[in-house]
Amino acid sequence: MSLQDFINDAISPWMNDEGQDSDIVLSTRIRLARNLKQVPFPTSGDQSSQEKVLEHIEQEFNNQSYEDFKKFQLVKMADIESVEKRVLVEKHLMSPNLAENSQTGAVLISENEQASVMINEEDHLRIQLYYPGLGLSEALQQAQKLDDWFEERTRYAFNEEKGYLTSCPTNVGTGLRASVMMHLPALTMTNQMTRMAPEINKLGLVVRGIYGEGSEALGALYQISNQMTLGKSEEDIIQDLQSVVSQVIESERQSREWVMQQSGIQLEDRIFRSYGVLAHSRIIESKEAAKCLSDVRLGIDLGLIKNISKTILNELMVLTQPGFLQHYAKKSLQPAERDWFRANLIRERLQLEQY
Amino acid sequence: MLCQNCQEQEASVHYTQVVNGQKKEMHLCEQCAQGEGYMDFANENLSLHHFLTNMFPFDQTKDQTQQQMTSAQTIQCEGCGLTYHEFRHQGKFGCSQCYEAFSDYLDPIFKRVHSGNTEHVGKIPKRLGGNLHKHREINQLQEQMQQKINEEDFEEAANIRDRIRHLKEELHDDHGGES
Ligand SMILES: [Zn+2]
Ligand SMILES: [Zn+2]
Repeated sequence: MSLQDFINDAISPWMNDEGQDSDIVLSTRIRLARNLKQVPFPTSGDQSSQEKVLEHIEQEFNNQSYEDFKKFQLVKMADIESVEKRVLVEKHLMSPNLAENSQTGAVLISENEQASVMINEEDHLRIQLYYPGLGLSEALQQAQKLDDWFEERTRYAFNEEKGYLTSCPTNVGTGLRASVMMHLPALTMTNQMTRMAPEINKLGLVVRGIYGEGSEALGALYQISNQMTLGKSEEDIIQDLQSVVSQVIESERQSREWVMQQSGIQLEDRIFRSYGVLAHSRIIESKEAAKCLSDVRLGIDLGLIKNISKTILNELMVLTQPGFLQHYAKKSLQPAERDWFRANLIRERLQLEQY
Repeated sequence: MLCQNCQEQEASVHYTQVVNGQKKEMHLCEQCAQGEGYMDFANENLSLHHFLTNMFPFDQTKDQTQQQMTSAQTIQCEGCGLTYHEFRHQGKFGCSQCYEAFSDYLDPIFKRVHSGNTEHVGKIPKRLGGNLHKHREINQLQEQMQQKINEEDFEEAANIRDRIRHLKEELHDDHGGES
């Protein structure tokens, strides 16, 4: 397989579309948790009821087409190898949790990979929908349509007072978790995220970042999502998240300008050093790769680096994970070998850009 | 420091998140962190787990409510056999009937998790909720009507009143149908 073919295989078609505010927001996800009426939740451990759920979903939805999503294909955990599971997890089409349910777990995946429905994860159904960039209300609308389609052929566990009943009390009500993945290098560099995160938190939203040894979030990537699912309508949940995300976007843009004005040459140096590391290193561990990719992506957004496509951060973040590296290597790799392979893959990927 | 997940390898990824104003720290080895998919959306379970550990408000008032709690612990859901004690331990329900079986003890939990809320106001399944939709619409219209009356816009208030009447008639006709 050539690298280009591999990338085409690894990157879901929707990821190549440029969404709104895509200089800062990488992607939007909507997830709806649903359970079937009068069937114990997967958390009860009752195997036969999970089998029935899977059977029902297979019968009603496998190979069925629905509007723009086109055909849905059912992938059963029992039928695939662990490296394939890992790849599906790294493509965000399912959770690591589902991969562990090797008996009755399954995932329905839409042709364009924008939508996937996990079966027998923590809930019977977890409908997921991705959108490139910032697209909360569009994604919600699409997810609701999918939800309606499922509801036509299933009966949901629903209670007038508590809404959609879920196995975890943190999801009850709307069952909705809306998340936005943001790249915030300037807010991270200027240490503003440590101040902003608790503020955002007070508004009932969750901010997640990854921290390495220093104080900077790994890859300057943050996920902001709603915590509350009960007592607020779906539209209000989305709107509240949207307004906070818009403010964060605004602050990030201002910080980028400020950093450019205050220390343009230092920033440029940092960006091109990282570019150099990616373009020439022979061994690179995931943390360093994440930092350099973040810098290079910022360089592209600021117009300092030209001739490299914007999606490189999203793409290489996916491609350089262990599952994909091993998929590409066609063998299992030791951690040290991964670092070596990761460096190779990044170099090759950057070369693809130049021709 | 050892990885919190596998307890085998040295932790190299230090992961912090803030949930409801509380900072939680995770220390994982690289393999576990990658396995947890820390950089993607799939990571929800990891973070909510921390949240759950202090989700239960009873823990703080254990002494005062000891007696009350001992009786609550033994309540069992008829649907799946889960006891309240087990629910508290694992933080997950076993079936939809658990919601009724433990209902006396759940609202404080919901309030804590959902910023003081205990009632759903969002989407209603189409098939289940023909009447529910109408009930909710009637409630909304009644609020609107009151507002129009306060604004002394009696003409519009009368229009709304007619719509409410119409909906109530429909509800009456639906009686006996699927609800
Ligand atoms: Zn570990
Ligand atoms: Zn139960």
